[in-house]
Amino acid sequence: MLDRVGVEDLDALFADLPAAYRDPAIDLPAQLTEPELIALLEERAAENADPGRPSFLGAGAYRRSIPSIAAHLTSRSEFVTAYTPYQPEISQGTLQTAFEYQSVVCELTGMDVSNTGLYDVASATAEACLLAARATRRGAVALLEPIHPGAADVVRTYAYGAGIRVDLVTSGDEATEEHACLVAQQPDFLGAIVDLEPLAEAAHAAGALFVTVADPFALGLLRSPGDAGADIVTGEGRDLAGAPAYGGPSVGLFAARQQYLRQMPGRIVGRTKELEAPPDGGEPRTGYVLTLQAREQFIRRERATSNVSTAQALIALAFTVTVQALGPRGLREAAELCYQRAHAAAARVAALPGYEVPERGPWFQEFLVRGPVPAAALATALAERGITAGLDVSDRAEPEARDALLFAVTEATPDAHVDALIEALAEIGGQA
Amino acid sequence: MSAHRPRSEDFGAQLSFDRGTPGRRAVDVPSWDGEQTPLPDAHLLRDEVRLPELSQGGLVRYYTALSARNYGIDSGTYPLGSCTMKYNPKVDDLVASLPGFATAHPQSPPEEAQGTLRTLLELRRGLAEITGLPHVSLAPAAGAHGELAGVLMITRALEDRGELETRRRILVPDSAHGTNPATAAMAGFTVTQIPTGPDGSLDRATIERELDETVAAMMVTVPNTLGLWENGIEEVADLIHEAGAYLYGDGANLNAIMGRVRYGDLGFDVVHLNLHKSFSTPHGGGGPGAGPVCCSEELAPYLPTPVLEEDEDGLVRLVAPERSIGRLQQFHGNVGVLIRAYAYMRALGLEGLRAVSGQAVLNANYLRVLMHGHYDLPYDRPVLHEVVFSGTRQRREHGVRTYDIAKRLIDHGFHPPTVYFPLIVEEALMIEPTETEPPEAIEALAEAMIAIAGESAEDPDTLHGAPWTAPLGRLDEATAARRPVLRWQPDEDAG
Repeated sequence: MLDRVGVEDLDALFADLPAAYRDPAIDLPAQLTEPELIALLEERAAENADPGRPSFLGAGAYRRSIPSIAAHLTSRSEFVTAYTPYQPEISQGTLQTAFEYQSVVCELTGMDVSNTGLYDVASATAEACLLAARATRRGAVALLEPIHPGAADVVRTYAYGAGIRVDLVTSGDEATEEHACLVAQQPDFLGAIVDLEPLAEAAHAAGALFVTVADPFALGLLRSPGDAGADIVTGEGRDLAGAPAYGGPSVGLFAARQQYLRQMPGRIVGRTKELEAPPDGGEPRTGYVLTLQAREQFIRRERATSNVSTAQALIALAFTVTVQALGPRGLREAAELCYQRAHAAAARVAALPGYEVPERGPWFQEFLVRGPVPAAALATALAERGITAGLDVSDRAEPEARDALLFAVTEATPDAHVDALIEALAEIGGQA
Repeated sequence: MSAHRPRSEDFGAQLSFDRGTPGRRAVDVPSWDGEQTPLPDAHLLRDEVRLPELSQGGLVRYYTALSARNYGIDSGTYPLGSCTMKYNPKVDDLVASLPGFATAHPQSPPEEAQGTLRTLLELRRGLAEITGLPHVSLAPAAGAHGELAGVLMITRALEDRGELETRRRILVPDSAHGTNPATAAMAGFTVTQIPTGPDGSLDRATIERELDETVAAMMVTVPNTLGLWENGIEEVADLIHEAGAYLYGDGANLNAIMGRVRYGDLGFDVVHLNLHKSFSTPHGGGGPGAGPVCCSEELAPYLPTPVLEEDEDGLVRLVAPERSIGRLQQFHGNVGVLIRAYAYMRALGLEGLRAVSGQAVLNANYLRVLMHGHYDLPYDRPVLHEVVFSGTRQRREHGVRTYDIAKRLIDHGFHPPTVYFPLIVEEALMIEPTETEPPEAIEALAEAMIAIAGESAEDPDTLHGAPWTAPLGRLDEATAARRPVLRWQPDEDAG
């Protein structure tokens, strides 16, 4: 090969690179064989918490019972090792599964149209704010507290570039004619189920769009945001796709009403037919293609609706398989099971002397716990007993969060973990 | 098996939604036998949700049949220019899925995630070494996300310098990826296009003319999308800095130069990498990727949150840089992808990375030599990781477009190259074989391309109708865009 190319060695291929900077000293660890690599990373993985350790962290990432076929199907290398389906004739697997994903997202959210998924819930929510600003030509957005602080931060990041003001509000009535949209999280950051309809009405009365950031699993039980008046729905698909992997990769759901279709960010898959009938006769067959690409960066460049190119297709596929494996009844049953188990656990905590579960109305899978010792001390005491407490939210402004930890219990939290928690809390309470 | 189905079967007409039978289910949900808590008020609850009702076997067969209608790098050569479709070592998937990594909760206290955090810290150190830029945030989820981070970092730096009001332009080459101008616009800048000169490098005179106190930055891809080294980029860097602007690097083509030259040494202020390209993490049918952003000392305070920090006790934690542009995702980045990239880096070491770039460049040049003369080569000189041919001759002489050539390549068993990009090459065929294709695969690809060049003269209709052997023929993309059908509907007929 070197002869055919006409060079003496590999280094000669880089003759165009400036000599002064070529082949710099680079300090990297020595290469490892496969067994060495596996041993090293097994050792590393073991430095994380034991996977069996009881943990009550939620706050944007929840333990779910994922049907085994989700991992099985998404590990098929035909899905794993393909790229963006630019050639639809040999990419129907990716394209048709993306169409399935779009259909599932529309059904869950009550929206008309969905893209193939964005990076995660927070970046999807930021894109929703940018869309609203484009659609309304307004320069501010309103985020309803309590909203995930990470999501609010991502909205601020995107808004900074776009020159949009971000207001945190505590009531729908604070949405004004300056706001392009009102954004509300369902359930909210502290776990409460939100009545979306009055918020949609308040947003629309101000001429703003109403954006719901919904947990798609909770939508197995809760009213669809579209039915309640949402214009755009975003959500986090990771929990239904597989293990949290320290937060990513994720897939950010993004669905909207039909009128915003051509303003949407990201890839969209559409259904069509072959141009001609197959050579062995019959009618032109059905196929799927990337469509409405005139919105996108590789065609529209600086006039694109977003710079998004890479999607999260594999995570979207796992999400789709999980939701479809559960099916219409399974999804409802799993959501109700989650609700029942969380409420039963909360009732046990509330019954312990010295503990309080502050009320914030109906809730789904997360509850606040105020104990006999300050929140941070309670978390530390639980950690000493081998239990990871819920997130410390004691620095928040909501009065119910004062000195509280936010515990998540789901359909997948083992009974033994809840028992261990109750025992540990009782012991800590007894010593306080 | 799907491969044995009659070719004319309309598999795509039926979605999972259409294949179900009421009452069937794939999994059971445990029942709750504890105390029943009343459900919230009915107006907060949903009515039915429409989802398919399939048995587990039915669902698995449906998606398995779909997977057979896909082509991945494990299926064969996938020379998609600018996408670096290399073989993905399976051990990287294995280690990323170790339960200790997979189950780590993103809100875990740092003491409970040291395995993940130390791995990310070492990846960060490696990327800093490879790019020559000492500060890194692993937060961006993809290349375009990293671009947004980099341009916002420049924005904030200009704000701190009090020059944001005046520096409103970003210079972008006409050969750039579409994400570059789109990102500049997302961050509120206007785009000034810089033409490519006859040698395939940026036109220096235009740069010198455009550089003034209204320029915030220039975004440059090195090597560029023609697969060529950007001649004198280190001098361009000096010019940009003298004008008070920043040099942004699109690191999508790092695969060509890993271990050979470093962005930081050349004068780049900030660069994003596409780990799903250069570091071989699977592309997943369009993601997930990871797009870390690496920068100079000056821009470090603006990096996206979080960045990694190791304290005196050796505890690694996530922190927010002093003047951070903020978060890009709710949590910390595509950690599962980052662990794969770390494994890839450790399996190679420096010698391995240099071997990767060497072989990638040799392969692209081997293909260039083998195909030479059969297609036009607008920039006829040695290339780096990819080579951009043109189908202009085939179009002019035989009425065969690059589109037809790409579709015909499917019949020869290959995934087509990137076509009609970069925009500055007419009828562009942008081919990136990558280092993992053996010589015989490159020879077979070249033979197929040469055969197609022959067919375009002798039998152009075969090309116009291609592909003939794929699961589907050409699809009606115009109607798909004009009358969008974007989701399943219960009353929908097949079209």
